[in-house]
Amino acid sequence: MKIVVCIKQVPDTKGGVQFNPDGTLNRAAMLTIMNPDDKAGLEAALRIKDQTGAEVTVVTMGLPKAADVLREAMAMGADKGVLITDRVLGGADTWATSTTIAGALRGMEYDLIITGRQAIDGDTAQVGPQIAEHLNLPIISYAEDIKVEGDSVVVKRQYEDGFHMLKAKMPCLITALSELNEARYMTPGGIFDACDAEITTLGRADLIDVDDSNIGLMGSPTKIARASDKVRKGAGEKFTPDTADEAAKIIVDALKTKHII
Amino acid sequence: MGAMNAEELAKYKGVFVFAQQVDNKLSGIAFELVGEGSRLAEKLGTEVTAVLLGSGVAGLADELAEYGADKVIVVDDPELKDYRTEPYAHALASVIDEYKPEIMLVGATAIGRDLGPTVSARVKTGLTADCTLLEIGDFPVNPIPGKEQKHNQLLMTRPAFGGNTIATIACPDNRPQMATVRPGVMQKLDRVAGKKAEVINYNPGFTPNNRYVEILEISKAVSNIKDIMDAKILVSGGRGVGSAENFKILEDLAEVLGGQISCSRAAVESYGMAPELQVGQTGKTVRPNVYFAIGISGAIQHVAGMEESDIIIAINKDEDAPIFDVADYGIVGDLNKIVPLLTEQIKAELANK
Repeated sequence: MKIVVCIKQVPDTKGGVQFNPDGTLNRAAMLTIMNPDDKAGLEAALRIKDQTGAEVTVVTMGLPKAADVLREAMAMGADKGVLITDRVLGGADTWATSTTIAGALRGMEYDLIITGRQAIDGDTAQVGPQIAEHLNLPIISYAEDIKVEGDSVVVKRQYEDGFHMLKAKMPCLITALSELNEARYMTPGGIFDACDAEITTLGRADLIDVDDSNIGLMGSPTKIARASDKVRKGAGEKFTPDTADEAAKIIVDALKTKHII
Repeated sequence: MGAMNAEELAKYKGVFVFAQQVDNKLSGIAFELVGEGSRLAEKLGTEVTAVLLGSGVAGLADELAEYGADKVIVVDDPELKDYRTEPYAHALASVIDEYKPEIMLVGATAIGRDLGPTVSARVKTGLTADCTLLEIGDFPVNPIPGKEQKHNQLLMTRPAFGGNTIATIACPDNRPQMATVRPGVMQKLDRVAGKKAEVINYNPGFTPNNRYVEILEISKAVSNIKDIMDAKILVSGGRGVGSAENFKILEDLAEVLGGQISCSRAAVESYGMAPELQVGQTGKTVRPNVYFAIGISGAIQHVAGMEESDIIIAINKDEDAPIFDVADYGIVGDLNKIVPLLTEQIKAELANK
């Protein structure tokens, strides 16, 4: 069995976001991590590998330094790494990104493709379903649990009010939630091997059945009209009362002023 | 993606919204989208059409009409009984191909965030995710010499980078302009009893193929928790509350005010609070009349889900907590002492009336 996991190197937004003076993101100043949902997807693939001896390939698209995230995945236990990188692919929205990744996947063997549900930098949750659409595969999003049963997968699919147990024939695509599992750590031996492991690099010319009009900034149907650091509503009044009684009274007065009570 | 020419673009008219239903009951987002769609349609001088997909759902069309839908397109088929990506995507994409809307809105729910991207890829257009503001305007926003400025474009605003930035996106050269919209953000219209819509029945035909997944089991979380998105007053607690047991003092406060409790992600993770109660980027977006943030530091991901509340009252012992940057009334102090006293004082006030 062959499993491909799509992963993304993202800025760690938990540590806050740094801006350049011109208002663009200062990515260089921010730490990067493997996107959490993707990491859960990778862990799910590695558990299937532990049980069945499946081969796990990790794929990422990004700048050449995104090779780091592939090495991290290989140090965790992935067998192969594929980096899709080319200047002409830059500035892609989710349509152009999914078209590009699908173009790379057409040249690879897979029974199962796992992506994260969404990346913490864009939060769109679009690339997984769009890859499935381009490759004409069944898709199960929001996976909380994944089991392989013969030529099918059985997946616990999360909804706001519960879950569905879904069964899909492979090949298929699953998008993983970070709640799926607790990812393993890299092993020292794995890190050692990953440093020297060969990573396959694909460029524009290696993409299969992808038209120029569907890649990069020019191939992106969505365009940024405005972007800005979020303007927040200003702070109101702040009080440091001496006693709890006084504190409660301030709130009661506020509620009365606003006709809440 | 290849740009459509002016003639092709002009074929697309009207604002369509996906009227999500689960178990043949319309979801709140369906009414919110009809409301927002109707506002956009008014600006464009066109109509709002609800697209209703399901099995045995025709009876829901009147409800959509009463909340403002001018037309309802109904695709009623046994294959659409429970949500599955493929038959739903086929249905919605077929409706788009047949009726050619200029705008297609879908809720950013666990259903819509699966359906939206699948359909946008199938009909070959752009999709902007999790929008919190929709406007009609020009693209580019400011004229650029030598570049055509298009009017009456859908400008879609969304948070990104965990709520740290906001971006406004347009889809000027392809149709429909598609967006998923965060639940709880748009306002539904007042219900007008007896209002009717033109109902159009349409069925593209369904032929199961490899992409149809099988539903083995459906499990609904049994929950008595009322939806925090409907609450007028929310008493929300975070890590500072200290324990699940200590949420009792927040419940008491909520009770005297006729409100409900909610919480931050930290409270879900540390104290096992129900995930349905979570406010924020990965929880729900709420906009009550009063939001109490008690023992909540105010991480940007939390603030993103509550900052539209009318009045925000924060209690926190850390005077530098970022929650004070968005609070209308910020109290630096010990919640364990203040909250019970506050409950007593409000009780006394209400008794005096």
